Amino acid sequence: MDSIFGVHEQALMLRSQRAQLIANNIANADTPGFKARDLDFRAALDQATSAGSQTQRVSVFRSHPRHVRGLEMTPVSLAVSYRVAEQPSLDGNTVDTHVEKSQYMTNALYMQATLRFLDDRISGIKSAFRGD
Amino acid sequence: MGLNTIFDIAASGMSAQSIRMNTLSSNLANAESVSSNSNETYRAKHPIFSTAYTQALSPGYFFGDENGGAGQGVEVVDIIESQAPLQLRYQPDHPMADEAGYVAYPNVNVVEEMADMISASRSFQNNVDVLDTAKTLLSRVITLGQR
Repeated sequence: MDSIFGVHEQALMLRSQRAQLIANNIANADTPGFKARDLDFRAALDQATSAGSQTQRVSVFRSHPRHVRGLEMTPVSLAVSYRVAEQPSLDGNTVDTHVEKSQYMTNALYMQATLRFLDDRISGIKSAFRGD
Repeated sequence: MGLNTIFDIAASGMSAQSIRMNTLSSNLANAESVSSNSNETYRAKHPIFSTAYTQALSPGYFFGDENGGAGQGVEVVDIIESQAPLQLRYQPDHPMADEAGYVAYPNVNVVEEMADMISASRSFQNNVDVLDTAKTLLSRVITLGQR
């Protein structure tokens, strides 16, 4: 079933997660010390579409068998990184509301496009079923 | 995960900003409230914002989960009173004046509060916009494949 929707299935998931990250940035626009984060979409999509990359364990040096092992991270969380602010404010906040808003809108538009692709695919399959 | 969480995140932002507006309006309303005792004089109140990591506290959760470690919005952890000195005005005729003739007015900086109010209202609007877009996207998802 994966091949029916192609890359759009993963893209939809990543778009919604990116929207969530940016919404969180905007909600924390006035939180002191908050660092804005974003998703490297290309890297996340590469990770999500390549086979066998479900979870990755971060390698940490362990000198004792009872030391905590590295965290298991999903491909998406590996692609999340902090935004480099052009003008961080004095309280340590790196959210630039205008950048975040434009990124959120762009992300929403691309998500609409993904939804349109999925919609077309579904209606295509439907018409194939009907055979008319 | 996904778009549903955005509603919670934006709602937390709106709630935090409205608490900020509440303290602001309280400060502005009490900008001239005097008291006979300088200890009882109104002091400017300010909310303290902090990122809410509700999921981070649940067992088995670390910063790398399927949410991409997104926080869960913002929360007001405390409302503090400003430590700025009170404004002492020499008004010997004032019924609330102390022995030396000074009246303690609140340490509310009206200009600062007004600027803060504009910032709060802009931030509130941003969260509303986020919510609106998320709603549009989610309704598109609901109607997926109905054409």
